[in-house]
Amino acid sequence: MPSDRVGEIIEASTADFVAQCYELYELPPLGSLVKTRNGELDIYGIVCHATTGSLEPGRRPIARGRDEASEEAIYQSSPQLSKLLRSEFSALVVGHKAGENINQYLPPCPARIHGFVYQCPPDEVREFGRSLAFLTLLANASLPVPVAEIVPATLRLISQSQEDPRAFLVAAGKELSIMLGGQYNQLRAILGRLK
Amino acid sequence: MTDRLGLVVSGSLESGVEVKLDGGVSVEDMAVGRYVTIEGQRQRFFGMITDISLGVIDPRFTLTPPDISDPFISEVLSGTGTYGTLHVLPMLTIGGDVANLIEGPQPVKTVPSHFSAVNLASQRDVELVFGGEDEKRFYVGTPLDMETRICLDLPELVKRSNGIFGKSGTGKTFLTRILLIGMLQKSAAVNLIFDMHNEYGWAGTSEGGRSVKALKQLFPSKVAVFTLDEESSRRRKVSTDFVVKIGYDEIEPEDMALLRQTLNLTEPAVEAIYQLRRRFGRDWLRHTADLPDSEETSELLKELSIHESTFQNLKRGLATVGRLPFIEPRAPDNAVTRILEYLDRGINVVLEFGRYTDITAYILVANLLTRRIHAQYRERMEKAMGEATDKPTPLVITIEEAHRFLNPEVASRTIFGTIAREMRKYNVTLLVIDQRPSGIDTEVMSQMGTKVTCLLDNERDVDSVLAGVSGKGALKSVLSRLESKQQALIFGHAVPMPVVIRTREYGSPQSYQEFLATGKGAGRKQAEEDIEELWG
Repeated sequence: MPSDRVGEIIEASTADFVAQCYELYELPPLGSLVKTRNGELDIYGIVCHATTGSLEPGRRPIARGRDEASEEAIYQSSPQLSKLLRSEFSALVVGHKAGENINQYLPPCPARIHGFVYQCPPDEVREFGRSLAFLTLLANASLPVPVAEIVPATLRLISQSQEDPRAFLVAAGKELSIMLGGQYNQLRAILGRLK
Repeated sequence: MTDRLGLVVSGSLESGVEVKLDGGVSVEDMAVGRYVTIEGQRQRFFGMITDISLGVIDPRFTLTPPDISDPFISEVLSGTGTYGTLHVLPMLTIGGDVANLIEGPQPVKTVPSHFSAVNLASQRDVELVFGGEDEKRFYVGTPLDMETRICLDLPELVKRSNGIFGKSGTGKTFLTRILLIGMLQKSAAVNLIFDMHNEYGWAGTSEGGRSVKALKQLFPSKVAVFTLDEESSRRRKVSTDFVVKIGYDEIEPEDMALLRQTLNLTEPAVEAIYQLRRRFGRDWLRHTADLPDSEETSELLKELSIHESTFQNLKRGLATVGRLPFIEPRAPDNAVTRILEYLDRGINVVLEFGRYTDITAYILVANLLTRRIHAQYRERMEKAMGEATDKPTPLVITIEEAHRFLNPEVASRTIFGTIAREMRKYNVTLLVIDQRPSGIDTEVMSQMGTKVTCLLDNERDVDSVLAGVSGKGALKSVLSRLESKQQALIFGHAVPMPVVIRTREYGSPQSYQEFLATGKGAGRKQAEEDIEELWG
């Protein structure tokens, strides 16, 4: 398995997809850019939510560590746990690549179930960060986590692969302050987390 | 570095356009009075910044301000959430259409379209509008924060009466000196200057007490200094050309009528003067002053139906005039003839008042001389019209404390009011210097061609100077924000649009050199032209 593969899609729609990780807890960071392939299309998503829970919805995990010395010891003494539990994350679709061009709007068709999900390498993240149009999709999505969390998380991560991270953040901040002109509190919260 | 400031976002021709500043441009770098060009789709506009304001995209910004001590936040918000706006008054169109190419900048008749880019005006743009220095144009100063020279078209300037206004100590005198030098060098006019404080003839003083050269020292062959007070001139080591004395018989009732306020004369007393003039003829003043308190006098007064108290009032007034030391029963020479002689030879005359800075003396002498000179000019002009002979040389008369001559009460009666109103019909115009323009008759103010004004902060003064100017409100904010030194707003006939200048330097050896150099240049050119004409 290639090291940058982070999971496999188990639920997909036009606007987002949910992927399960192959290993428990090996989730991509919140706000990171991931991609999956659908034929000729590379579909980009931003990790916007992650959960770890029981494989079977009706079977909730129970506390097992009363007599254990450490958390690690719980997993060692009950090795079945890593098979009964799973980590999954959902990603918001923010663009796609057809041929050479990265388009920061929704792809014509959604991702496929069992499509592999890859973490984007820094070069690709830098390329993706050339445009800030994806912020519209991100800021206007209804997500389980507040926009004021996901937007700064994404921008911080993208900025790390830019040549001038600060200039990137300033440009993104300006874009947001125009976009969120009427939502001052939202803007304040985002800018406060961008530093 | 680009000079782009922002984009036009709204506005009207009447009130000017709003320009949203780009994020990278700080409002603190802007200044009212500075020039900008607006790149419209078909035309380029030339305008002036008249107001600067701050805007926010959401009113909540103002209620709970963001933490701009953080450079990141402040950088993000500047130009987006918070922004600066400029209010720009477009005044001229430059470049573009045919009329512009042929006739130079034209007054604006429309506004630039939405989102036209606004740039700081370049040196070239300003030069295009205000023209470079040449044989007609005289360099008076530079626009704010620029090195370009703003030049006035002096032959055009002297065609009308002009005014120089400003609070005391704002540099009116320096500005006047510069303008006078300009006129002396580049216009075909001669100047007669009523120099109340002895500042224009030989030497003046700067605010710091330093002595600066005045006209005669710089242009000895072109300036003559007349004095009313020989002793004072001698003490100041001024080489004078003529001592003015005024004979009793030269004072006319009209001269006295003008002094009504300063001499505290009653209306009947002024009427009495005319009667006495009819009775005694030219020498009325001496006769009246010499009338003893006798029966005969009472008889005479009764005959002329002048009340005793009126007569006493008049006598007190006449005594004040009689005490002026330059007034003599018989003047040895005729001052008017002498002044005209000089003026005819193209020599500018500065009349120094020496110690007689009293306003009575100033009003009396200025009026008396001007009336006669004007009458002569009128006669010659009419003759020239009839016989197609040469018209007299245009004359510019400079007066200080002008509100005393041109206030609404006396403006209709004084010769200065007449000159201001009849404009250049008889080739005589005024250069009015005053610190209380609101005291000047509105009719006279409205006739002034070009107004140069230093800082004014009295509301009424500002209103009266700007009366009738388009974009008055905007200019008002520019005018009241001038620095108190070396800055002036010029608008009117001789400039294509209102302009704020930092006046050129005056007083250093270097500046004298420059003044003389421009004069010589023009002289050389004239000589070359003469040679050309002679030899073909």
